[in-house]
Amino acid sequence: MSAAAGHGGERRPGVSWRGAIGVWAVVGGVMLLVALAGSLIAPYDPAALVGKSFLLPGPDHWFGTDSLGRDVLSRVLAGGRTAVLLAVAAIVVAEAVGCVIGLLAGYRGGLVDAVLMRMNDVLLAFPALLLVLVLAAGLGPGTVVLVVGVAVVNIPGIARLARAATLGVATTGYVESALVRGEGTAAILRREILPNIAPTIVADAGVRFAGAFLIIAGLNFLGIGIQPPAPDWATMIAENRSYITLQPWTVIAPTACIALFAISVNIVGESVARRRSRGRA
Amino acid sequence: MPGAASSHGLIWMILRRIGVALVLALVVSFLVYAATTVLPGDVAAAVLGRNATPEAVAALREQLGLGDPFAQRYLAWLGDLVRGDLGTSLAGTQMPVSELIATPVRNTAVLAGATLLLLVPLALVVGILSGVRQGRALDRAAAGVSLTLTAVPEFVVGALLVLALAVYVPVLPAVSLVSGDINPLSVPEFLVLPVLTLIIAGAAYLIRIVRISTIEAMATDYVEAARLAGVPERRIVARYAVRNSLAPTIQAVSATAQWLLGGIFVVEVLFAYPGVGNALVTAVQVRDVPVIQAIAMLLALAFILINLVADIATILVDPRLRTAA
Repeated sequence: MSAAAGHGGERRPGVSWRGAIGVWAVVGGVMLLVALAGSLIAPYDPAALVGKSFLLPGPDHWFGTDSLGRDVLSRVLAGGRTAVLLAVAAIVVAEAVGCVIGLLAGYRGGLVDAVLMRMNDVLLAFPALLLVLVLAAGLGPGTVVLVVGVAVVNIPGIARLARAATLGVATTGYVESALVRGEGTAAILRREILPNIAPTIVADAGVRFAGAFLIIAGLNFLGIGIQPPAPDWATMIAENRSYITLQPWTVIAPTACIALFAISVNIVGESVARRRSRGRA
Repeated sequence: MPGAASSHGLIWMILRRIGVALVLALVVSFLVYAATTVLPGDVAAAVLGRNATPEAVAALREQLGLGDPFAQRYLAWLGDLVRGDLGTSLAGTQMPVSELIATPVRNTAVLAGATLLLLVPLALVVGILSGVRQGRALDRAAAGVSLTLTAVPEFVVGALLVLALAVYVPVLPAVSLVSGDINPLSVPEFLVLPVLTLIIAGAAYLIRIVRISTIEAMATDYVEAARLAGVPERRIVARYAVRNSLAPTIQAVSATAQWLLGGIFVVEVLFAYPGVGNALVTAVQVRDVPVIQAIAMLLALAFILINLVADIATILVDPRLRTAA
């Protein structure tokens, strides 16, 4: 065997790794821009019936039209925004709740700590998608259940991370001197601990955003989240898949959007995580 | 007698693990019941729709026992569940839930079983080979493909496969038309696309874990010692690397099986495959509460059971974990 194997670490395959990350970062940026601002450049109203059904791609409709005669390009340009914003909302809610719990658990310990760990065990005994589906049974399908469900799934993990990070800084000199100055728990958590654990939390939030986007896309595909006729990539795949032989572009376009977005977020997130872990070691 | 003492500890560890699983199952049953009946929105009114008469809503509330205190309702439901009485469906034919979900359960078991049967050996072979031949062509290709595929949701993989194999090169049916009581095994061509989708979506994770644990095992002192002693490389891989990467691999296989329980919903809906995932999604859309509760409990219990079996297997194969507790 080669000498490299004796080293134990995972050697990175691929020579042009860094260049590939650059390409994917650009793809991710473009997809994010399309998701957030695409509806501004959409040639037609994404919900309007603008032509015959199942028109194949042509100069008037670059990706053709769907079963109702709506412009596929316009629907794709408008179809990323809601899912991306819902994923952001879910993660913001989860981070807010999870960080408060984690800070308290890490700083105070005891009961909060024990309850937190048990909650996490229970959530780990449940597939995320199933949990949101069960919630949807109680709350009814819609965007509220997406945000609540995805937030609930993420809270224990965030709380655990915040707890671990808090434990790491709770005994540092600046926290102790704040204690000596007579500052209260809330002030110490907010002014001394939170700023110091923020980088860890933010990096983790990026990875969680990608996961949240995928769960939300899955639920939209299942018809539990965003309801038609609203344009959404995953919903488009669901509503057009029966006509896939008649007009494949109604499925190809949204499929490509989700795939490119998901892959680029994952690759960029992975490289950020690797760089951070190498920086610490 | 140290031998007796350690086997005693082993049994104690396994019993404790089973106890944890039982407590988890109880908590999960509480959560499923609470989430499906207590949350805002009157289930009875929601099931019957906007045009329901107040009498009909009152009658359904009575049937669901919604008038009783929550604790009493939950305990009654739990008692029925433990005895195997899953209640009756609220939608359509009002069949007993156990009858309604029997065929879907079998169909899903066939789909999941076929997937695991192909996925696990494939991932083991590719993972071990890429781990042993780190940095070579196979390893690079596997790493590139898996990094790309872990990110792509199952329904996107499935849609791409349908485009490729049912639309552009029409060799396979785009949806499964397994209806009624036909065993999907008797029409294997309907299983190909769903199984292929699940394999492609799930293999990346498993390959990655197997590869990393193989690399770690190959870098240990005893492998180095065996190498210096002149043991042939092939034998080192078989005797040391594979055996020592067994514990993490069992955990990764269990994680894959658990992922499958979630991923299967989406794939079943995509291919109109008549399994529990499809049944659950339909039940959620019409808010057929007893069906939702039954399927959710079934999947959660399967999830907990897989975890339990994997943990016990890990304790049994890894002597280090035995002495740790």
